[in-house]
Amino acid sequence: MPIKTEPITINMGPQHPSTHGVFRMRVTFDGEQVVDVEPIFGYLHRGSEKLAEERTYTQVVTLTDRMDYVAAMTNNQAYILAVEKLAGIEPAPRGVWLRMIAAELQRIASHLVATGFLLQDLGAWATPLIYAMREREKILDLFEMLCGARITNSYLRPGGVFMDAPAEFWPALDMFLDEIPHRVDDLEDLLSTNEIILARTKGVAVIKQDVMVNASITGPMLRAGNVDWDLRHRDPYDYYDRVEFKRPLHSASDNYARYLVRMQEMRECIRIIQQCLEQIEPGPARPKEVPFIVRPPKGDVYSSIEGPKGELGFYLVSDGGISPYRCHVRAPSLINLTLLREMLIGGMVADMFVSFGSVDINMGEVDR
Amino acid sequence: MAEAIEAFAPGSVVGHNTRDVWLRPASVLEVARGLRERPEFKFDLLTMLTAVDYIDHFEVVYRLISLPKNRTAMLKVKCGEGRSEPAVPSVYDVWRGADLLEREAWDLMGVRFDGHPNHKRIMLWEGFPGHPLRKDYVTYDQSVTEIADQD
Repeated sequence: MPIKTEPITINMGPQHPSTHGVFRMRVTFDGEQVVDVEPIFGYLHRGSEKLAEERTYTQVVTLTDRMDYVAAMTNNQAYILAVEKLAGIEPAPRGVWLRMIAAELQRIASHLVATGFLLQDLGAWATPLIYAMREREKILDLFEMLCGARITNSYLRPGGVFMDAPAEFWPALDMFLDEIPHRVDDLEDLLSTNEIILARTKGVAVIKQDVMVNASITGPMLRAGNVDWDLRHRDPYDYYDRVEFKRPLHSASDNYARYLVRMQEMRECIRIIQQCLEQIEPGPARPKEVPFIVRPPKGDVYSSIEGPKGELGFYLVSDGGISPYRCHVRAPSLINLTLLREMLIGGMVADMFVSFGSVDINMGEVDR
Repeated sequence: MAEAIEAFAPGSVVGHNTRDVWLRPASVLEVARGLRERPEFKFDLLTMLTAVDYIDHFEVVYRLISLPKNRTAMLKVKCGEGRSEPAVPSVYDVWRGADLLEREAWDLMGVRFDGHPNHKRIMLWEGFPGHPLRKDYVTYDQSVTEIADQD
């Protein structure tokens, strides 16, 4: 006679290191198996959208830093592109190249964090995480040269960036670009063919392609399900139509494919930065005629970029004043969690946070 | 776009410009189904759903993408005339991605989405007074200073 088991409900989070911030799940287990998950959001809700209504368009840049705080540059870029579209500002070419370089560096940093913590969740204690964080540190140093801040950058302004890169930035960037491909190789040698990683991540948390599309999932997660959707290619913003890059695709749609897509995207980021360096020309980093207080005409605009985590969009409504009438953020971290239940139910306790980590969320952006 | 919607769902469009189409609240679900399933549209991905408080009415905004056709659409629905309880039908059954977005719009803006299977607050706790993104919401700081001014 089989032993009868009783489902048990456990509260995981919000203060738990593997929840990537303050995320809470009420999970019901049957033995080692997950039978029900109820995600509970809102522990980091700061009302950024409301706060944006009381600040000028330039001041809101600082709020966007604090949404996805491991990818502040891309947040700045998404917001600034929306403001430029709303106010009809023509950006300075050098500023655009600089912010593309910053955004691609940020994408590498964000993917490094995602990979490092994914392995940490898998139980690979410290080594892969330290490898990843060491490289991220170099990117943060480059950001410090660009704008004086490491994490909450606020580097972009309507019309470009707030100041040109200093002279010491360029040799430092060249040194970094020479080195980073080897470090990505190191990381991949260590991880991609590791037997434990293969056993633990292959075939875990598989989501079907059409289910993902229906659930509005974007970014590396969607590309790991063999959907060729990258806004840098489909709807090029800034000067992404002037650079060439591949879009890594995988068809397995499991945790391993999501990890691989991020690893390969890092290499493409390096290629994009090199092409930016070839094409960047001297000039102002920001047009002089763009005022500090932007006053866009009445209207509304939606503009989105391919952030490190997915489609990051801003919906801005202007009433002709100096601050946005409404500022809505299309947060990829939140929307990519739509299928969390489907990913986790039926899986094992130990795989829970691995699958959760493979979505690559940031609580600052989920709750805003 | 507006004519194409009107062709399969007569009487659903109330206005349009070059980018946006305004729909009647009652016909949202029918139009959404058509836009997703009809071969001439194939809008299979709902990118954004949000609500805006325009003081005299609320507006729900939908932005759709068609991956096979690489085109976008912006749909808008005016609801809650004169600040009456705004409500639109939920598109959860058409796009699963509306799940968290509709909950967020309900939580922060107070637009009800009829038919949503888990129609609960998401960012704030149950029992939170009011909906903070509404323009008439009085924040804690404001209420404190108002009381201080009266004294």
